[in-house]
Amino acid sequence: MEDDAPVIYGLEFQARALTAQTAETDAIRFLVGTQSLKFDNQIHIIDFDDENNIINKNVLLHQAGEIWHIGASPADKAVLTTCYNKSESYCFLLSLAPFTTSLCFSFFFSSDSRLVSCAAVWRMPSDWETGSHESPDDSAHNPQTLELLCRLDDSAHGNAACVLWEPMGDGKRVISLADNNALLWDLQESSTQATVSSTATLEGKGQLKFTAGKWSPHHNCSQLATANDTAIRGWDLRTMSQIYCIENAHGQLVRDLDFNPNRQYYLASCGDDCKVKFWDVRNVQEPIKTLEEHSHWVWSVRYNHSHDQLVLTASSDSRLILSNMVSISSEPFGHLVDDEELSEGEDNHQEDKSKEPLKDSVVSTYEEHEDSVYAAEWSSADPWLFASLSYDGRLVINRVPRALKYRILL
Amino acid sequence: MDGEADGSVTVSEDSGRRRRVHGMLKLYYGLNEEGKTPEQPESLDPCDINGPHFDPELYLNKLRRECSLAELMDQETCMVKQIRSLDSDMQTLVYENYNKFISATDTIRKMKNDFKKMEDEMDCLSANMAAITDFSARISGTLQDQHTQITKLSGVHTLLRKLQFLFELPARLNKCLELQAYAQAVSSHRRARCVLQQYSHLPSFKGIQDDCHAIMDKLAQELRQKFRDGGSSAKDLSECVELLLQLDEPAEELCDKFLSHARSRLESDLQGLEAEIRPYPSTSALKDASARRSSSAAPVGSPTDGSPKTSSLSSPSSNTDILEFIDRGCNEFVSSLCLVITSYQELFINHAQTGELASKNIPQMANGKLHAFVDDLAARYFSLVERRIQEEKGVGDNSLLVRALDRFHRRLQAVAKLLPGSAVPNQGTEIVIRAATERVKQYLCALQSFYMDSLTDVRQALATPRLSVAGASVAGGGALLGGPASGRDAPTSLPELLSSLSASILNQIKSVLASVHLFTAKDITFSNKPYFKGEFCSQGVRESLVVSFIKFLCQSSRQFCESAGDKGGSTPPALLLLLSRLCLDYETSTISYILTLTDEQFLVQHHSPVTPVTSLCAEAREAAQKLLNHYVKVQGLIISQMLRKSVETRDWVNTIEPRNVRAVMKRVVEDTTSIDVQVGLLYEEGVRKAHSSDSSKRTFSVYSSSRQQARYAASYTPSAPMDTNLLSNIHKLFSERIDIFSSVEFNKVSVMTGIIKISLKTFLECVRLRTFGRYGLQQIQVDCHYLQMYLWRFVSDENLVHFLLDEIVGSSAHRCLDPAPMEQSVIEVICERG
Repeated sequence: MEDDAPVIYGLEFQARALTAQTAETDAIRFLVGTQSLKFDNQIHIIDFDDENNIINKNVLLHQAGEIWHIGASPADKAVLTTCYNKSESYCFLLSLAPFTTSLCFSFFFSSDSRLVSCAAVWRMPSDWETGSHESPDDSAHNPQTLELLCRLDDSAHGNAACVLWEPMGDGKRVISLADNNALLWDLQESSTQATVSSTATLEGKGQLKFTAGKWSPHHNCSQLATANDTAIRGWDLRTMSQIYCIENAHGQLVRDLDFNPNRQYYLASCGDDCKVKFWDVRNVQEPIKTLEEHSHWVWSVRYNHSHDQLVLTASSDSRLILSNMVSISSEPFGHLVDDEELSEGEDNHQEDKSKEPLKDSVVSTYEEHEDSVYAAEWSSADPWLFASLSYDGRLVINRVPRALKYRILL
Repeated sequence: MDGEADGSVTVSEDSGRRRRVHGMLKLYYGLNEEGKTPEQPESLDPCDINGPHFDPELYLNKLRRECSLAELMDQETCMVKQIRSLDSDMQTLVYENYNKFISATDTIRKMKNDFKKMEDEMDCLSANMAAITDFSARISGTLQDQHTQITKLSGVHTLLRKLQFLFELPARLNKCLELQAYAQAVSSHRRARCVLQQYSHLPSFKGIQDDCHAIMDKLAQELRQKFRDGGSSAKDLSECVELLLQLDEPAEELCDKFLSHARSRLESDLQGLEAEIRPYPSTSALKDASARRSSSAAPVGSPTDGSPKTSSLSSPSSNTDILEFIDRGCNEFVSSLCLVITSYQELFINHAQTGELASKNIPQMANGKLHAFVDDLAARYFSLVERRIQEEKGVGDNSLLVRALDRFHRRLQAVAKLLPGSAVPNQGTEIVIRAATERVKQYLCALQSFYMDSLTDVRQALATPRLSVAGASVAGGGALLGGPASGRDAPTSLPELLSSLSASILNQIKSVLASVHLFTAKDITFSNKPYFKGEFCSQGVRESLVVSFIKFLCQSSRQFCESAGDKGGSTPPALLLLLSRLCLDYETSTISYILTLTDEQFLVQHHSPVTPVTSLCAEAREAAQKLLNHYVKVQGLIISQMLRKSVETRDWVNTIEPRNVRAVMKRVVEDTTSIDVQVGLLYEEGVRKAHSSDSSKRTFSVYSSSRQQARYAASYTPSAPMDTNLLSNIHKLFSERIDIFSSVEFNKVSVMTGIIKISLKTFLECVRLRTFGRYGLQQIQVDCHYLQMYLWRFVSDENLVHFLLDEIVGSSAHRCLDPAPMEQSVIEVICERG
């Protein structure tokens, strides 16, 4: 029982960006990027000690600006991307007088200040781990700084919303979504150089802007799904052309997407209509399933990497919901298990029994957060563990309930 | 003897005396006058001189002992006197009797003389009689010969007459044949047939017989011919059959022929009926027919049916209306069928049972054939009727159909009576049942389409004044109080619309119930069938009409929520609100009213399980809840959209110092006010938590001046972020979690709270995605204060508004590059000026 209790970690700053360290498959490690307009922003490396239920943290400085999105390289543990805001004038002023007076501000406003969203690839200092261990009590005091590898800047293409690594790739390709452009970058020279290899542009009436995107792990990683306003679009990366479009996928803005890791045409989306929808991109007329459990906007939806019936959703109603979507998963009735244990009649019998209650259902609702939860992620190391981050900087690590875990495994 | 008594005058000179003497005698002989013995005590006394036990010795002794001498003397004289009188009496009696003896002797002597004379005369008579007998015998003897001759002659006479009949028979038959007096011919032939048969060995008779046979064959031929010809009437036909039967035609063949003949005539009836029904009409033809009907049907319909048929809604697709059709079917087909059955039964069954044919199992055979025949034709008739009934799609006037079905059913009863054990009436009843069920379905469809139509009407009615609302509120401009005023102006009709909608639905249901009720009216023959008493009422009317309609109502309401949610919501919010109220009204009263009405009208006996009122009510309530939630969501989204656009499109970093409340906030308050009015028209106020008298003034003075200041102040120290987190977390610890898109209660305050919650939460989330300059923050402060001033009054718990607005200002302060809040007093001035 006590193992199922959530572990809570508080950040000093408000935060929206959360990712699992994708390349790390041994330790349970999450990266959190903070949002502060006044202080140097940080990247918190959260290690979770499963045995002792303890969190270890390390802090790296991210001085470029407040972090809106963070992505970890699937190949190199130490490499990550961030999307951050910087106010050019502000930075300038800050260097003059970090804790400024109103006089400076009048100057600041007289100048034509501009907020710019940028994206960059960073490398963690190689000794961050050792460094933190030396001074565990006061890790925040002398934090090390991230090493900038390269900027994914292209002033012609507007503000970056998010950066996506090629799933399961070698860490050489990323896509950044900036305003209405999707840019495919090739990273060279151990990621110190980035060149745009191809671009796709969303054309249409008004100011179109990508809000979210996901690189499909299927089809040899040649597909991308993006969200803008209420529509979801699929792109073929070889030709950079649109392959499908789900108009009005949600009644309001689409906030996030995720691909089913095992079923290539299945896609989950969530948005401001409080719904989570599951799509088969071959038929974009109707969603195959809709969940309406949240009482406010849903900001994040994540499939479990190994057991795609487990879906995690985070919402600004301060709740995190774990759903068990058996009917549309790749193992709807535990077929995989059946095949393995076909010889044992008794087990089969038990399996029959357990089939009954395995309906689509909400497994659990996590109410540890007090503020809007903007991000939730599964651990890359332990498929039964996940983290969620609320705006007030609270990170909560939870596990899949044991009963469900055993039911899925056995 | 009486004569003798009269003669003896002396004896009867004094009857009284005589009687007394008789009495004495009788006394003497021990007899009472009445055959009774005298009284015992007297008679037993030995001293009673008149008693039978008189003892003279004792009497004398007694006298001697008791009486004096003088008395004895007197006694003696008296006694002597009595003895004397007794003696004289006795003498008189003896005399009388003597006289009687004398006269009797005389009479006997006279009779002796008379008898002697009579004996002589008798002798004479017997001698005469003997002479007469002798004469008579002689006459008889002479007449004997002639008598036998006469007898013989008369025998010859009759024989000759018979022979004459036989000889004349062929001619007679021929003549009959000529005159077509078939019956006479057959009876003549029947009379002669046996004789001819018997004497057929004689050549002459043989000839006659052959002639007769030839003629009779011809006759039979002719009869058959006549039989085969369709022209003759049923009566003629039956006569034919009767004759043919008498002519020993095989009955089975006759049955077949009879039936096939009848069939041809009935078929022509059926064809006539079929011609009435248009060949299965395609949709265009159907329209055509109904169009044609509009011109032709009115005169056709009016003679059969009076006033109620004028409704244009009843539009059967063929030219004649159903009543007329059924009438024709009954009059032509059913009545001739009955006629056929009767005559057939008369001929082949009843007749045969009495006659010699009974032995040949003919009745059974004939009966079987008849049943097959009737079943076959009835099936065709039924299929026609069913086709016709199916064409009866219009639901305007049910009475016509019911009357038609009634007539149809009633006429089949005749068949049932004629042909017991036939399946025909049951099939007929089934048709009626099917028609009734079909009709109920049609009524359900009609109700549903009526409901949808009235919803469209409501929608239109809502759309028209809404324009004026928009116009008014635009015209009203900045004037805040213009909002509710113009808002009230427009949707005044909302309660009226609701009441008219619910009243018209109720009326429609009632009229449909009344129409359906015709099926169970007392004077309708099929209404006492068990189906119409039980299942039709409970399953048909209650379940598949009333309950289905209510379910449909709830379901279609729910669909408004679902379809509108994704595809941009074409449903006007006011309609959602109205429907929600409608469903709620249904839940509270209308459903139970309708069901009670149904149960009362149809006296539903619940044999089978029926949907209980409570589950329907629950469904209606669920629908009402869903609609209201959806209303809240839609309205909340409309306001959210305004807020979101206003936050997203502005450059908050480079904004100028706030001088006014932004127009969008005014718009939000105006819209909220008009929503409040709208909801207030249909829903009750609801309870709100008590709030302080100067709620509008409270604003964020507390938090702006103390807590928020503390926040901003703290933010200049390195430890600040922790503090703000701590503060806001502590704050949150003590406030309840707010569910934004949560279920609302059925009252105005709850609805408004829901809408405002959604709007403000959107505001909050949007603010968090932006970065603010100093004046951006101040603008938000002003806006929030303005909202604070006006929104608290709508919600159940003003702290909720406070909390959300606090969050908004707090978040924008966090997102501010230069958090320098505006003075509270300045904010107030700006807001009040606006």
